[in-house]
Amino acid sequence: MTAAAPDDLALIAEGLHKSFGKVPKRIDAVADVALRVPLGQVTGLIGPDGAGKTTLMRLIAGLLTPDSGTLTVLGTDALADPLTVQASIGYMPQHFGLYEDLTVQENLNLYADLQGLPHTERTTRFQQLLHMTGLARFTDRLAGRLSGGMKQKLGLACTLVRPPKLLLLDEPTVGVDPVSRRELWAIVYQLVADEGMSVLLSTAYLDEAERCNEVILLHQGRVLGKGTPDSFTEHLEGRVYGARRPQGIRRHLQAELKTQPSVLDAIIDGDLVRVLLAEHTHPSDLPNVTWQPLKPRFEDAFVLQLRQQTTHEWLGLTTPPKKEINPNTAHTDIIAVSDLTRRFGAFIAVNAVTFSVQRGEIFGLLGANGAGKSTTFRMLCGLLPASAGTISVAGVDLRTAAAQARARIGYMSQKFALYDVLSVQQNLKFFARAYGLKSQRQAERIAWAVQEFGLKDYRDTNCDLLPLGFKQRLAMACALMHEPDILFLDEPTSGVDPIERRAFWQRINQLADQGVTIMITTHFMDEAEYCDRLVIMNQGTILAAGSPEAVRKLAQSPEHPNPNMEDAFIALISAPAATNAGETAT
Amino acid sequence: MWQRIFALAIKEFQALLRDPKARFVIIGPPLIQLLIFSFAATFDLNHVPIAIYNQDGGQAAQSLVSRFSGSQHFEIVDNLTRESDIKRVIDHRDALMVLTIGPRFEQDLLSGKPATAQLIIDGRNSNTAAIALSYASGIVSDFNTDWQQTHHLRAPPSVIITRAWFNPNLESRWFIVPGVVAILMLVVVMVVTALSVAREREQGTFDQLLVTPLHPTEILIGKAIPGFVIGMIEGSVTIALAAQAFGVPFEGQLATLYVGMGVFLLSAIGVGLMISALATTLQQAVLGVFLFLVPAIILSGFATPIANMPGFVQDLTLINPMRYFMVIVRGIFLEGSSFNSLINQFWPLAVIGLTTLAFAGWLFRHRMN
Amino acid sequence: MRLWGLVRKESLQILRDPSSIAIAFLMPVVLLLIFGYGVSLNAKHIPLALVADAPDTQTAALFASFDHSVYFSPKIAPNLPTAEHWLLNRQVDAIVHVPSDFSAQLQNTANQAPVQLIVNGVNANQARLTQAYIQAAWQDWLSARAEAAGQSADQPVTLANRIWFNPELRSRNYLVPGLIAVIMTLIGALLTALVMAREWERGTLEALMVTPVHLNELLLGKLIPYFVLGMGGMALSVAMAVWLFAVPFLGSFWILILTSAIFLLTSLGMGLFISIIARNQFVASLIAIITTFLPAFMLSGFIFDIGSMPGWLQNLTYIVSARYFIVILHTLFLAGDVSSVIWPNTLAMLAIAAFFLGTSRRKIRKSLE
Repeated sequence: MTAAAPDDLALIAEGLHKSFGKVPKRIDAVADVALRVPLGQVTGLIGPDGAGKTTLMRLIAGLLTPDSGTLTVLGTDALADPLTVQASIGYMPQHFGLYEDLTVQENLNLYADLQGLPHTERTTRFQQLLHMTGLARFTDRLAGRLSGGMKQKLGLACTLVRPPKLLLLDEPTVGVDPVSRRELWAIVYQLVADEGMSVLLSTAYLDEAERCNEVILLHQGRVLGKGTPDSFTEHLEGRVYGARRPQGIRRHLQAELKTQPSVLDAIIDGDLVRVLLAEHTHPSDLPNVTWQPLKPRFEDAFVLQLRQQTTHEWLGLTTPPKKEINPNTAHTDIIAVSDLTRRFGAFIAVNAVTFSVQRGEIFGLLGANGAGKSTTFRMLCGLLPASAGTISVAGVDLRTAAAQARARIGYMSQKFALYDVLSVQQNLKFFARAYGLKSQRQAERIAWAVQEFGLKDYRDTNCDLLPLGFKQRLAMACALMHEPDILFLDEPTSGVDPIERRAFWQRINQLADQGVTIMITTHFMDEAEYCDRLVIMNQGTILAAGSPEAVRKLAQSPEHPNPNMEDAFIALISAPAATNAGETAT
Repeated sequence: MWQRIFALAIKEFQALLRDPKARFVIIGPPLIQLLIFSFAATFDLNHVPIAIYNQDGGQAAQSLVSRFSGSQHFEIVDNLTRESDIKRVIDHRDALMVLTIGPRFEQDLLSGKPATAQLIIDGRNSNTAAIALSYASGIVSDFNTDWQQTHHLRAPPSVIITRAWFNPNLESRWFIVPGVVAILMLVVVMVVTALSVAREREQGTFDQLLVTPLHPTEILIGKAIPGFVIGMIEGSVTIALAAQAFGVPFEGQLATLYVGMGVFLLSAIGVGLMISALATTLQQAVLGVFLFLVPAIILSGFATPIANMPGFVQDLTLINPMRYFMVIVRGIFLEGSSFNSLINQFWPLAVIGLTTLAFAGWLFRHRMN
Repeated sequence: MRLWGLVRKESLQILRDPSSIAIAFLMPVVLLLIFGYGVSLNAKHIPLALVADAPDTQTAALFASFDHSVYFSPKIAPNLPTAEHWLLNRQVDAIVHVPSDFSAQLQNTANQAPVQLIVNGVNANQARLTQAYIQAAWQDWLSARAEAAGQSADQPVTLANRIWFNPELRSRNYLVPGLIAVIMTLIGALLTALVMAREWERGTLEALMVTPVHLNELLLGKLIPYFVLGMGGMALSVAMAVWLFAVPFLGSFWILILTSAIFLLTSLGMGLFISIIARNQFVASLIAIITTFLPAFMLSGFIFDIGSMPGWLQNLTYIVSARYFIVILHTLFLAGDVSSVIWPNTLAMLAIAAFFLGTSRRKIRKSLE
């Protein structure tokens, strides 16, 4: 079996190893990986950021040479003859290099030239691809002016100009809104069905694992497991429950459940708290809590795997609530926005948006790429002036407010903007000083941050060398240095693995309980459930607002009696009022 | 307020000194440039290749030729025997000039008639040609004086006695090296200040800065301080090198020089911060720095005098801070200029500094939108 | 077909992105204007102080010879301290001082009447030129005086100068062709360094690499469009030199095209080489400026004579391709087709081009390592 390449395998890897960096800081990106990818189906390569997915993809595409191991692609030794392999595979890198200053058609022409597609076949192939990707109407548009989802689809089309036998897709759905994600998956399955293509696809979205025929689970460069998605969850049957308490806040129930020794994982999922129990345990009796068994998901299995693999030292919050919430001010609006509008030339990014946020609330801002949520966010933080409308944050407009007002907010930007060449300690110190903390207080807060966020071992490490999860922790520590009343978080969890995400949300919940108001944007629909209230934006306007339950209810239909947040999002965006949803360019 | 500015300034220093790439940009090129500029940028000619076409074998002709061969400025590369060779050696750039001594040279000289020596020069590089010509004239003139003395001829009724102030041997390195000091200070300050905001914008940390209680003016000052300090340190090192390693005399007062450096740095920082405020990407900032540096150096009087430029270009140089600083550095180094005699250089620098800083501040506040 | 596809893609990108076109066409124009007008080594209207301790007709006649020269703008100082004060304040560049016994000494055949010349030696090169101009004016006065007295003012040896190729020693005639070489170095290297690094940064190269495209095609696909663009910039520069700056062009047009093409290959090759190492637009542009522009400016013989540099620096200039092209341009513009100058230099450029293109070809892999 192992000696010859069986005819039904698209890819065989044995003992694949690849490291980067110089000796003291040498990192094994891919360590001792053995793989078998069958022909004619979709194989998923699943793992959090930094698991080695991209390195593995590049090794297969012949862009990197492994340190050791063998690799056979479509029956050809990929190490000996990468050009033959490259002629028969299609590879779409994570950030597909579309030429943004060329039009859709020109990009296609270029790849047709490069792939040597004969002129006679071009018209039919282009039509086919454009039809499949829904880009037929936009052939004259510059690639740079397409939305994120359309860019991915065009990248896919370029890769497919000459149908490859094996298609490698490196995180094709990252940064793409749920609607486009569904469309991309539809295209992939169409390719497998119509053209008999074999697909190897990597993703960090765990829910996508369930869409694959077969899944390879990758973590820290190693294969943790492989099999059908079901095979991962089979042994969890009977261990996953939904807990419900009619009164009270879900996240309080969640916190309570987490303290139970039998509970391995508890997350908010719709109206329920989803609980994963340890082996041979049963739901415990809690007052007013009703339990219902749930079907295990891939994420449950993944979290369980990771918990066993790594020892995440995760410290609970030790700080007592900062301020008692004064019942009189508890329900006052701390952020009030009315008729907020922002234009960029003729383009209206945000159109007459009105909402308000109450003290101590977790408030979510959801939307597809280019929906206007980032623009709204930047206006709230005072980074961008509004074209029209009013903003009041803690009673003042941050745009015109004095430094004292800004001292009451914390801001954590997308991609965790920290000073790369400064050490963890220096970053903390800088923000402590910038927020004007006195030296005594500085020392206290820095000590607190190091303790709270488990940064002790990294104190003198340069930020650019931190693992992503720790970057996120440090960014949050910096934003909390001065104990702000309001915390703005711009896509704070993208790319972070599920364990870190859970820890992050635990902290957010505790902050909210201490009376800190939290304003958050996110791409993950499941995270929307953690919010007390949220708005969904599209094309610069608010489509829906309210509690997660209320928003989900808007999408209730006979076909979807119990829609989840993603269903609701898709239903809202594809509603007649919002046609061309994904096609708006930013 | 000062604590916050201080915090920012410290962060800027840490960012510059901990990043190997930034560290190299600050330390590497200035030193290499000081070395290369100072040796390469000289108008003094040595070993100019000269060919001799001596048709007169006599002693007088020989003695004139030996004066050329004895000069360090010239090197005889060829002795020609045919007139047609002249075109060859000049065309082919084998020699920059050909000295032709006619067959009747000594005869004319002894009979008191003016004897003519002809000098044919390659004018392709006009500056080198003019300098070489003046060296040759000097040699011939010395020859004449000696000849008149040894043969008791009547000397010309008048004589010019030349004294060059500040630089008696007319060494152009004395002129160039202080200019290089000024250029290096400008380049370093521009790189430090103009690129710093753009770098933060690209890393996304600039937004993070803006939501802190730091006021735009405070950010401006915090960004200016590292440029100022690094400019001062770099200036001090290069000045010490200029005086010690390159032997350029330092006649003036250090205190006056530091006042000059202070106002100059302010104006340079002002321009740097203006570029910073305008550029949204690193690319644009680099381009902006380049577009400012080239004219600022060319039109500063560094290599060629401002007085030689056409009128409208001369007017343009009035807004160039380098123009004033060149005068200050050279004046203090070579002339020992006093504070008072440089006052006309100080105030325009101060005006430029205040204007650019104010404008940069205004841009900062308005470009954030 | 693949190569054609790449060339078409690159050309479309150039047409859509105005910054490439700006670098290729706007930069030569701006730089040529700044240098062409800003850099001149021909001094005119040198401010001069004339002082006579005892003014009379003799001194008036001497001073009149300065009035007639286009090189000076003289003004009479009442006394020496005033004149020295002017010199210190940089109001004048030189002082011609005639002592009180001048007229008396002039009549006395036994003595030579001294004329004191004080020049500001700070700018040594300028001082030397000033000195030569004053000497010439003084010589005119001496001859006129001798002629009036019916005497011969002839020196024993007179030096007759003939300056070939650039008889008036117009510095623009040699600066402008040299400048073309400097600008084309910068443009060629900067353009290619940036475009290749941009493909790295945007990740477009990763997608290209897994297509069946051959590396030769990839490199040629980059080179051809920028070669065409660079030749366009070259043509514009030459046109400006000939029509705007009135530099004579004596050589053959075809040789100019051929040698320019080879030179452009060296700088495109260098840019390609830089971008293969740097992979980052910011670093690439810094390296391009430091390794191409500065050497082309300082070490190419553009302004500063290579022969007068120290030996180690002279050796360094052999790898600066602009050095060879400047010689070719000077010759083509001012002297004509001198094959013994053009071909060896062309061969040297070919070697450099082959080195950079060859190394780039060897360094670039279809790999991300």
